[in-house]
Amino acid sequence: MTTLTKRADKIDRLAELTQQTESTSGASLWREALRRLRNSKMAIIGAVVIGLFVVMAIVGPWVAPYSPTAQTWRGEVFANQGKFVGMRGENWFGLDHLGRDLFSRMLVGARQTLLVGVVSMLIGLVIGAVVGILSGAAATLGGKVGQRIDTVIMRITDLMLSLPSLLLAVSVAAVMGQSLTTVMIAVGVVQIPVFARLLRGSMLAQGGADYVLAAKALGIRKKRIVLTQILPNSLSPVIVQATLSLATAIIEAAALSYLGLGNPDPAIPEWGVMLSQAQRFFDNEPMMAAYPAVGIIITALGFTLLGEAMREALDPKLRG
Amino acid sequence: MLRLVVRRLLQLIPTLLGLSVLLFLWLNRLPGGPASAILGERATEAEVTRINRALGLDEPVYVQYWRFLKRIFELDLGTSTQTGQPVWDEFVLRFPATVELSVAAIVIAVLVGIPLGYLAARHRGGWLDVASVSGSLIGICIPVFFLALMLKGIFAVELGLFPSYGRLSTGLDATDITGFATLDGLLTGELDATWDAIMHLVLPAVALASIPLAVIVRMTRASVLEVLGEDYIRTAESKGLDKRVVRGRHVLRNALLPVVTAVGLLTGSLLSGAVLTESVFSFGGIGSFIRTSIDARDYPVLVGFILFIAMVYVLINLLVDLAYSIIDPRVRVH
Amino acid sequence: MALLNVDQLSVTFGGRGRKDSIAVDGVSFTVDQGQVVGLVGESGCGKSVTSLALMGLLPEKGVKVGGRVEFDGQDLLTISRRKLRDMRGSQLAMIFQDPLSSLNPVIPIGIQVTEILQRHRGLKGEAARKEAADLLDRVGIPDPRRRLKEYPHQLSGGMRQRALIAMAVACAPRLLIADEPTTALDVTIQAQILELLKELVDQEGTALLMITHDLGVVAGICDEVNVLYAGRAVESAGRRELFAAPTHPYAHGLLGSIPRLDAPRGEPLRPIRGSINDKIAWADGCAFAPRCDYYTMECLTGTPELTEPRTAGHQVRCVNPVLPKAEVSA
Repeated sequence: MTTLTKRADKIDRLAELTQQTESTSGASLWREALRRLRNSKMAIIGAVVIGLFVVMAIVGPWVAPYSPTAQTWRGEVFANQGKFVGMRGENWFGLDHLGRDLFSRMLVGARQTLLVGVVSMLIGLVIGAVVGILSGAAATLGGKVGQRIDTVIMRITDLMLSLPSLLLAVSVAAVMGQSLTTVMIAVGVVQIPVFARLLRGSMLAQGGADYVLAAKALGIRKKRIVLTQILPNSLSPVIVQATLSLATAIIEAAALSYLGLGNPDPAIPEWGVMLSQAQRFFDNEPMMAAYPAVGIIITALGFTLLGEAMREALDPKLRG
Repeated sequence: MLRLVVRRLLQLIPTLLGLSVLLFLWLNRLPGGPASAILGERATEAEVTRINRALGLDEPVYVQYWRFLKRIFELDLGTSTQTGQPVWDEFVLRFPATVELSVAAIVIAVLVGIPLGYLAARHRGGWLDVASVSGSLIGICIPVFFLALMLKGIFAVELGLFPSYGRLSTGLDATDITGFATLDGLLTGELDATWDAIMHLVLPAVALASIPLAVIVRMTRASVLEVLGEDYIRTAESKGLDKRVVRGRHVLRNALLPVVTAVGLLTGSLLSGAVLTESVFSFGGIGSFIRTSIDARDYPVLVGFILFIAMVYVLINLLVDLAYSIIDPRVRVH
Repeated sequence: MALLNVDQLSVTFGGRGRKDSIAVDGVSFTVDQGQVVGLVGESGCGKSVTSLALMGLLPEKGVKVGGRVEFDGQDLLTISRRKLRDMRGSQLAMIFQDPLSSLNPVIPIGIQVTEILQRHRGLKGEAARKEAADLLDRVGIPDPRRRLKEYPHQLSGGMRQRALIAMAVACAPRLLIADEPTTALDVTIQAQILELLKELVDQEGTALLMITHDLGVVAGICDEVNVLYAGRAVESAGRRELFAAPTHPYAHGLLGSIPRLDAPRGEPLRPIRGSINDKIAWADGCAFAPRCDYYTMECLTGTPELTEPRTAGHQVRCVNPVLPKAEVSA
């Protein structure tokens, strides 16, 4: 056998290795995960809850029977000496402390709540992903200098992780003043180190895989390896985390509102803000807090269920 | 072992330095800066300049930073704008209450969470498993302050089983020695005071325990399930060992390793939760104080608190690492 | 009466909503005192599942075990779990493939050895430690007193397997099952471990069931060999008969795929085509037919029976056995 054919054989073998992982952990991985998701009760319940929530967020403002901000029944509530008006024919969920229709406020509030969740998740995801990809790419393919860059970046994210999330959010909010934007940024900032670490970690794991070695040996450019090989295979934990962090974002946003860092009385209602307002009346009128609270809990549960089901579906250990 | 401790402590230095830079920058970026924090929002131009000069804010940034750092080392975290007392003293006064609450919460979470997670894994797919998994998912999704409000509303206000606020009943003549209300009663023999303190602790601790409990149940369950599938469990079974020995020595011991780490990491969220829980129950610890400081824009307190919490958090994780190196021979240093 | 008599053992895995899969499909063999019997086949042929079924180590849920496993006159499949637990480690013992993952990483070797002494021989404290050290010494671990205090990760691969063997032989079992005991080890260590096992069998009269895919191991140690394919024995014979005249096309292929020094240079190796996934159900015909060079239409009509086409005691499950040309024409 001549040396030439030997080398050709070797390259063929390497190409085969590269191909193999692409076909087993690329497209078919997702197809397999989807199949498992369809069979998972958790995933179905989660998806249905999220679906209902999103529909509510989209059509809520149009189907709401009354204006969410008009204090239509203010006189009645005040004549009642501030006593809560419960469920009745015209106000399904009753009235709040200013005589506004709670059912309409819940419907309209869904959109703001979804917005808070999605925007803060995206802030964390986008910035975290950029940081994580830089760090991961530097660590896997950047040689000595790259590893040093990676170390510095990871020290900074560790620093952010070492702070309790709520305090990090409080610090951001203190600089930016009270508003819903503040809450979204504050909650998003907390997620940055989580996404960065996650993406870096899974890129490092992928970077050591045989198919990356094979691609390197074939002389494929580093940038191309990162973009076409490592990144697609590192994405699944990030997608899971994004789903889960939608839940935490909504809960954390409510906590920030409770601490008085959200918008005190926005023109458009938001569940977290509604809940923090209602807590002042909690001892007498628990239902006023219960509606937004149950809304938040069910929504967060929906995202958590779907996220956990996805995590299970994508877990290579459970794949059989 | 000593070398490990020293190395880990040395590793803390860059982390804390970095944190101090962040905090310093943050403090300078606050709306109106420290001057208006001291003077209030309606300060005149002249007053602000005077204060800025007095605080050395007209000097170069690195000089300011150096001064900031020096003050931290002297534990001089500034003066609370609310109480006029040094921030450090305020913390020392309130810290025991928060420690007491956090410890109670972690104890509840560990004592309930580990057995529950273990049983759920052992009876995988059974009713207990389904109940504890869905329970822990819901536990993660309930905002802590709402849970606290509900517990207070039901068990304190409606049923009157527990007191609804504070650490001790007013009118109870309890001696204060350590600042830990439960401990003081035991030390002085005032058992009624200890009982009273415990009753005050129950609801806040349960509320605060909800998230750590949920996390511990899930971690323990997942970890036990993983260990049950390990080869060395099959080896232990092949030796015909008693079920008790297999479960205790081989399954639980290995399964608890990742749980120990998780407990360390939970302290961060525990302190966040303490701020929320304490303010619902007016518990009088650092958490309640932070809540009022946020409302009052008491920045020296907030900066001091963040620095303080970061130190506590880092130290706790150091302890967890050390504990881990004792129970897991694979990471032990020789 | 043989010490171990496995008769029509079958193991079926079936989960919730999943299709049943038959891992072991009616395997029969015997092991006598002091005898070394091999179960040979590719991964997935059911040999490891067979060994776990003998030990009662298969999960209780979702697994159906059928047939009889008579050990010393008792059916291991029907005796109480407690009785089986008493027998495991004392009468029946097992050595596993991967010594690192088979040892508990956070418990010192010493405790892992003494716990079995305490369980079955009632030894405690210093007596147990002394016995454990003697055991480690016997399996060739130097400085056993020090090793007792060490953890699995501090030992080399060969040492770990020796430690596992020490645990397995701690109570002088009558049957030792070794599941690929040398696969995870370096070649030089492999030979040492095999030598050690051979010694134990010779000295103690222990029966050894050797599960392996490595024909070299079979040639080195086994008296009788059962070649498994897709959950069934396809050829059973004494070691000499099998190596001299592999008769089932699968066994023939296995032996033919070993590179040989005495083969002419440049002659290609002859691997068996395909993989064990290319199989048909035994009920429809010979599971090996899709990969077989000799298959005819007869192979696809029902399960072939075990026959003895060559010598008595050399059983082959094939309708087109590989026989020397002279014999065929005769």
